[in-house]
Amino acid sequence: MRRSLEPAVQLLGPVLALVATAAVAGGLSTTQQLEFENALVMAAIVVALYVFVGNSGVISFGHMSFAAVGGYLSGLITLDPQTKSFTMPGLFPFLEHAHIGVVPSLALAAAAGGVFALVVGLPLMRLSGLPAGIATFAVLGITYNVLYYWGKVGPGAQTLSDIPEVGRWTLAGAGAIACACAFAYQRSRFGRQLRATREDPAAARASGIDVYRQRLVAFTLSGALAGLGGGLYVHQLGLITPDQFYLDLTFVTLAMLVVGGAGSLWGAVVGALSISALNSFLGDAENTVHVGFRLTLPNGTRLVTIGAVMALVLILRPAGLTRGREFSLRRRRA
Amino acid sequence: MNWGQAIADAVALGSLYGLVAVGIGLVFGVMRLINFAYGELITAGGYVLAYTGGWPPALAIAACVAAVIALALLQERVAFRALRRMGASPATMLVATFAVSFLLQAIYLIAFGSRGQIVGTLGSLNTAFTIHGVDIRWIVVATVVTGAFLLGATAALLNRTNIGLHIRAAATDFRTARILGVRANRVIGFSFVVAGFLAAAVSVLYTVSNPLVQPQMGVPITIFALVGVVVGGLDRLWSAALGAFAVGFVYGMCGDLLSSQSSVYLPSVVYGLVIVVLVLRPAGLFAPLRARMVERV
Repeated sequence: MRRSLEPAVQLLGPVLALVATAAVAGGLSTTQQLEFENALVMAAIVVALYVFVGNSGVISFGHMSFAAVGGYLSGLITLDPQTKSFTMPGLFPFLEHAHIGVVPSLALAAAAGGVFALVVGLPLMRLSGLPAGIATFAVLGITYNVLYYWGKVGPGAQTLSDIPEVGRWTLAGAGAIACACAFAYQRSRFGRQLRATREDPAAARASGIDVYRQRLVAFTLSGALAGLGGGLYVHQLGLITPDQFYLDLTFVTLAMLVVGGAGSLWGAVVGALSISALNSFLGDAENTVHVGFRLTLPNGTRLVTIGAVMALVLILRPAGLTRGREFSLRRRRA
Repeated sequence: MNWGQAIADAVALGSLYGLVAVGIGLVFGVMRLINFAYGELITAGGYVLAYTGGWPPALAIAACVAAVIALALLQERVAFRALRRMGASPATMLVATFAVSFLLQAIYLIAFGSRGQIVGTLGSLNTAFTIHGVDIRWIVVATVVTGAFLLGATAALLNRTNIGLHIRAAATDFRTARILGVRANRVIGFSFVVAGFLAAAVSVLYTVSNPLVQPQMGVPITIFALVGVVVGGLDRLWSAALGAFAVGFVYGMCGDLLSSQSSVYLPSVVYGLVIVVLVLRPAGLFAPLRARMVERV
């Protein structure tokens, strides 16, 4: 592989992984198709998380609030206004009357996620380390609390179903766009400066890098991609509830990122797809699966196995499955 | 509106979070590890109490303490020691504790079911006595007294004993402490034992007011205590405990003060205050004025 092609290959790996997931899903049963589609959504969300967490080294527990805002907006404005005035009478007028297609709604979701992240990031990006993690978590707590009780911005505690669903190719395409954005960012001036602050904050500062500004840029981009991911999630499931964007999703996506390898885009995609695959396989195995022999696992083993596998991967390979490297066709020495 | 009542309830909640904070802060001090699976220790204690309901209370509590300490040591031995040896990054360590937390919850779900188990031990502490029109349940008194006692005991252990000195040395500079002859595994193991003991105490106190033990019982307790720890200041045990107490106290007070209609937004109010405090004082509310920010995790 010639050197000039290396970046293209690095981006091609994650994108092809998404395309392959979508392609394989075509020949499967409906349930399995849903699981594969879910894997694509997870990949998009984890890539969004990677843009900030991976490049800056600062953990954010708050990204699912950007996904939630994107998901709610994108879901609500694709619904028929008459249905909305019937099921959610208290909705803000612009949410109630708007009715646009899924694809433009996803663009709006990304915009909303980005704006929200920017507003949140302006004060919070001054923090680093654990205080940053807890402050972003507080943002998630507020978002969840408000979405759960405030009838003007959504269905509240109820589940809103009948959101228009999108096919696996739309999901894969949007995921590929997220990958391309993340890749372009990490190779840009901004991305490289932020990665420098991750490696050594003091040296980066001494070289004239504005840590606050670089983190804010990444946080905003990351929030926009998370908004997009949230929109995809809502349109993949076809429903909205506040719980789908809370603790479980936060921990699962963070775990996927770290298990895959937080240092690279390839790691984010590998982590999301491999944990989704494991989850899906074990879910099937609880209802008997054929792997040369009939395998039936007792109910509940799925969660136990996933927890154990995640812990094991982290213990054996603390830098993640990809060791934080980008996709490459060349064999490198470990 | 009864101020006395509100304060009594808030103090009890604060003391409980304070205890959790000491357990989390102790391990953080030595290992620089936020153990997210700490709440699962509390849950484990709750299950032991639920299944020893017929035993004499002292015996049931002893069983609870023994089981929780054993589980704490198991966590350290199986998961965290290996990670420490591999030199894993703080982010990896943190996510590993999520994984352990997730794993334990899944095990509880299989072993004990999702419906929950009822704890009856010390249920009589739920009765109240009245002072000046304020109903104070005995458990509130018990929580405050136990909390203050255990906090004092932990402080004495750290400041007056040999192993306490080792723990403090390890917390200040782990590598140098090892070079000077502090036995790393023993110190870390011991801090997990103390943390486990504190978790068991929390199980006993918490289940009196909230007798239903479910697989996810520990999660919100850990989260709130952790928020409190960071708000108070991670670097020292007492500031961490005070921070968690403050969060519990504010939560309890606001819960009583807000009208029932706006009380659904109570978490938002508390989290909003948390953000304000962290932005103004990133090193923690009770940290020294010119303290450096903790640049970890």
